[in-house]
Amino acid sequence: MMQGRLHLEHNKRQPITIWSLAIALVILFVACLINGSVDIPLSQVINAIVGSSVEKETWRVIVMETRLPMACTAMLAGAALAVSGLLLQTTFDNPLAGPSILGISTGSSLGVAIVMLALGGSIGATFSTYLSVLTGALIGAGAVMLVLLIFSAFVKSSIMLLIIGIMVSYLASSAISLLNFFSTQEGVHSFVIWGLGNFSGVTLDRLPLFAILSIIAIAASFTLVKPLNALLLGSRYAENLGINLRATRNKLLLISGVLTAVVTAFCGPIGFLGLIVPHIARLALRTSNHIILLPATALCGAVVALLCTYISVLPGSSGVIPINAITPAIGVPIIIYIILNRKRILYFN
Amino acid sequence: MSHPSNILSTSRLAVGYRNGNNTTTVLSNLDLSLRKGELVCLLGANGAGKSTLLRTLSGVQQPLEGSVHIDGKDLNSYSKKQISRLISIVYTDRTLAGALTVYELVSLGRHPYTGFLGRLDDEDHRIVSESIIAMGISHKAQDYVANLSDGERQKAMIARALAQEAPIIILDEPTAFLDVASRVETMQQLQSLALEKNKAILLSSHDINQSLALASRLWLLRNDHTIIEGVTEDLVLAGKIDSLFENRQVTFNPLIGDFMASHNTIAVASLQCDDPILRQWITNALQRNGIGIATNPKDAFIAIKANTPSSIIVNNIEHTSIESMLTIIHPLLK
Repeated sequence: MMQGRLHLEHNKRQPITIWSLAIALVILFVACLINGSVDIPLSQVINAIVGSSVEKETWRVIVMETRLPMACTAMLAGAALAVSGLLLQTTFDNPLAGPSILGISTGSSLGVAIVMLALGGSIGATFSTYLSVLTGALIGAGAVMLVLLIFSAFVKSSIMLLIIGIMVSYLASSAISLLNFFSTQEGVHSFVIWGLGNFSGVTLDRLPLFAILSIIAIAASFTLVKPLNALLLGSRYAENLGINLRATRNKLLLISGVLTAVVTAFCGPIGFLGLIVPHIARLALRTSNHIILLPATALCGAVVALLCTYISVLPGSSGVIPINAITPAIGVPIIIYIILNRKRILYFN
Repeated sequence: MSHPSNILSTSRLAVGYRNGNNTTTVLSNLDLSLRKGELVCLLGANGAGKSTLLRTLSGVQQPLEGSVHIDGKDLNSYSKKQISRLISIVYTDRTLAGALTVYELVSLGRHPYTGFLGRLDDEDHRIVSESIIAMGISHKAQDYVANLSDGERQKAMIARALAQEAPIIILDEPTAFLDVASRVETMQQLQSLALEKNKAILLSSHDINQSLALASRLWLLRNDHTIIEGVTEDLVLAGKIDSLFENRQVTFNPLIGDFMASHNTIAVASLQCDDPILRQWITNALQRNGIGIATNPKDAFIAIKANTPSSIIVNNIEHTSIESMLTIIHPLLK
């Protein structure tokens, strides 16, 4: 019997990609702090953040109360949605799976709609209405996850489960339309604004709650690296490797549900990020190995969300373009590229 | 029937499907055993229940009756994790592993042994390397699975199964999508794995010829829902191979070791030829034209005497090729 190990060359592409993403993250983060209707020099931005004296008090307020929370929210939301999308794509063995497609986002939206329209709350009015919106989103996403879990007990095919998710999504949408129809104009207005998606709704004092929830859920996803890799071989191989399929699928759905619900509650339903970022990460790294793909996807999600945020803030005006007006502009070309090139893309073959 | 090297055995096993109150029995009354160091080929027609049997033996599907024992203990008494260290399986499923390197793919076989994140230690790396070397694909270790040929991909999947270090390896039609060269190579490698690494290897196949050449034992699935098992050559010589395809238009040719179309014989010819290869191919040419070889020269409607491929004498006229021989025989048949 032959002894010893094969000599393996070091993969340079992956560390280079990770470092590039990290540098892009820092640059975009700083850019988001500088960019806005009021011109604030970089030195003053840094002073505001580290707590040194700032020339104008309004600059400090703008950086600390508006731009910093928005940039942090974007980073966390982007990472959370991207990880959620990656978990769903591997679980369902389907590259087009994503939190919005499985109806998890719509479930959260329905929860939020019930709170905002039926109970007459509006986001951010008071901390308690804020919490009730969050609770609504979690319950809504939880309800959709529960439906998916119940069906997953006797629907073996992941594609069938995906279709059930889409159907549930339609039902939730129609419930939302009904709620809109019977609700006050004011309620509809604030719900529509929420539904456009934005990263600026999380204020500095609420940022810690959002950060803790999303970081815990992202960290939890790292416990699934091993079964996720086994699932690349398909469920039958995964089972032969000693993976408990049902328990794994339940955990995966639970974590991706929480990730989506938290982001949806705080930022509104953000489309496309969960769907496209895992693809960007796989294409850039040229690997499906989750031990590197999962952290890279989180990083890449933060970068893309910061980029969207940067674009959304129009320089020289106080307007902010809704995030959901930007994500399709980035997402659709990528999806079309992937569909057209799938024969040449490693992870489809 | 207990043998010291028996690793897997079944007693009065029945396999099939349970759908509510309906049970469909595919195979029943099976008393089979699998030994270390042996390559066993499971042969049978499509739909005879090969995959069902393999699924049941590997614990994916529950038996309808009877039991499967591994190392003397009922398969159901093992946990999933324990089974993953006893049986590794190679399917023909499509995988999403295209963006993994061969090395990463084979590393997945270490899952039952690695910790939380699936990190490999030195011992794991050694076993992964050895498995890749054993399948002869070490030059492809860092290639992406997506860029492999079908044969290389199948070898990588078998290397992954090897890295799982299970004493039993079950393969569902491992050579189904391979070209002839890869098919022969893969079968050869499986046989040496059984011998050199003392594995019990069970595979289902449609490739009768290769199975007969390399299998230690055969399990023949018959259409009466039973299995005949035995040492390959004993089954061939006892004429059991024919039972695979009863009532079909094929017969087993024990000289060639494969199934042939059963021809309707219109007439018989006498054939005199000392070269066994030449004799074989003249017979082949005659048989596909409905002419059998006469056991008694008196029954023959023509007499053929072949010396070399370019000297075939039919009714005293010399032909320089089988093509020319056939042009003279065709009109005679009408």
